[in-house]
Amino acid sequence: MTVRNEGGPVIEAERLVVSYGERPVLHDVDLTVRPAEVVAILGANGSGKSTLVRAVLGLVPLVLGRVRLFGTPLRRFTGWQRVGYVPQRLGAGSGVPATVRELVSSGRLSRRGFLRPPRAADRRAVDAALAAVGLADRAGDPVGTLSGGQQQRTLIARALAGEPELLVLDEPTAGVDAASQEAFAGALRDFVAVGGTVVLVAHELGVLQPLVTRAVVVHQGRIVHDGAVPRPAGHHADPDHDHVHPHAPEEARRWP
Amino acid sequence: MSIFQYDFMVRALIGALVTGATAPALGTYLVQRRLALIGDGIGHIALTGVGLGLLTSTSPVLAAVLVSAAGAIAVELVRERGRTSGDIALALLFYGGISGGVFLVGLSSDRTNANLMAYLFGSPLTTSEQDLAVMAVLGAVVLAVTLLLRPWLFAICHDEEYARVSGLPVRALNLLLAVTTAVTVTVAMRAVGLLLVSALMVVPVATAQQVTRGFRATMAVAMAIGLLAAAGGIWAAGTYDTAPGATIVLVAIGSFLVVALGLAAWRTATRARTRRQPATGQPSTGEPPDVVLTRW
Ligand SMILES: Nc1ncnc2c1ncn2[C@@H]1O[C@H](COP(=O)(O)OP(=O)(O)O)[C@@H](O)[C@H]1O
Ligand SMILES: [Mg+2]
Repeated sequence: MTVRNEGGPVIEAERLVVSYGERPVLHDVDLTVRPAEVVAILGANGSGKSTLVRAVLGLVPLVLGRVRLFGTPLRRFTGWQRVGYVPQRLGAGSGVPATVRELVSSGRLSRRGFLRPPRAADRRAVDAALAAVGLADRAGDPVGTLSGGQQQRTLIARALAGEPELLVLDEPTAGVDAASQEAFAGALRDFVAVGGTVVLVAHELGVLQPLVTRAVVVHQGRIVHDGAVPRPAGHHADPDHDHVHPHAPEEARRWP
Repeated sequence: MSIFQYDFMVRALIGALVTGATAPALGTYLVQRRLALIGDGIGHIALTGVGLGLLTSTSPVLAAVLVSAAGAIAVELVRERGRTSGDIALALLFYGGISGGVFLVGLSSDRTNANLMAYLFGSPLTTSEQDLAVMAVLGAVVLAVTLLLRPWLFAICHDEEYARVSGLPVRALNLLLAVTTAVTVTVAMRAVGLLLVSALMVVPVATAQQVTRGFRATMAVAMAIGLLAAAGGIWAAGTYDTAPGATIVLVAIGSFLVVALGLAAWRTATRARTRRQPATGQPSTGEPPDVVLTRW
């Protein structure tokens, strides 16, 4: 069982270094996320935003550094039902059709014991997730027949179906139509209202701006801003911007 | 149906039905993962097992299970690494497997061409009671894995990274799927042969997904088509004295074409009908119309 760390950081990532082959993509990146924060990770394309959140989730190997989720080192972390992940896009696409409900139900497996048949609570969670993103009426449709924005909403519903405490979303609104953006913002507002923690990779915040409590700007694999949400007009990549590093060296000493 | 008064025809039918149900059930996952032709490669590797079994006068089926399971695990490890050099590694495995098999069969005392042909293209009419028992046991294993573990196998085949973040034992499930692929190949070896097994894994799934909307439905319809092709193929082969394995596969391909043509005709008909009536078009709320694909 996961050790509860009530009030402690949800994510503690320290001095992360990641490279793809020989090419370093993240240099010495620190990120701490506390409960009920809504952290936006901003930055230009290719700056390393996806790599950062994927490293935090253990999807890319670290060259250096360490990650704790809910107080537990990633290597020993087993409380994955507390985490919901929305990838930037749905892989290569499936060779076999799947209905919206089938896809969203797969997000429930983190809470469903191995080989255990679904219970009423599982079905209710899937229904609620579908309703939260406004796709309840499309549950029986093949995912492939939905628009891009609706497919993105399906992925968000999949993450919500596991009733997570932390949502990690990688550009959930990129290239998404207005109706889907609004549906998404509503779902996120509900999630935040009940105390959920959010890490949100975004290119532009748009309708999500009012929800965000803190912004982290990544520039060429380094964090160049960590603090208040920058004003929308392209000033966020400005390296002269205020540097706020919430985890000062004394915090680092807590690591063995 | 007088051909089924012969016991060997009944055994052939039962063996073919086991194959017709298991191959598409497993194949649904392979197609979902866009690895439709992996079954063919595992079939190549299994021939080395057959050769080893014949050479050592042990059970060719058992040896085929073991060797193809080892091969399937190797294939899975190559896939997991996901590098471009993987293609070369797979080519070495597959062609090494089939040439090793032909080589070993040639060294054995059983080295008739007929024997080799039987393993490559199937010989359901020679199914013994013992063969049938082995097929039933292995087939039950395949059905248990593919049906009972469907939500978990669906998750790893659909989005492996998401499955990892869900805390699923992704690696163990991948290896289980690989070994089950090998078992399915061996089950199908008697009915359709190692070179045609992949057809029964893929063609019924391709047929089914033309008309289905979900994963579970695709698997169910593919299994039904597999059973029909197996029964129809054995019946036709017995009645017209054709090669049974090839006949089963041709029936499966025929059903694919029938469904494809039928669907095309039906679509043309509905389109003509809707064109005559003024469109009552339901506006798709806020979506650009070109990305909402037509549903039929
Ligand atoms: N799997 C990969 N292999 C090699 N390079 C990669 C891979 N994924 C991302 N990169 C490279 O790493 C850099 C950072 O990528 P990414 O984290 O996706 O940026 P962002 O999400 O900010 O657009 C980019 O230059 C990208 O080309
Ligand atoms: Mg990205």
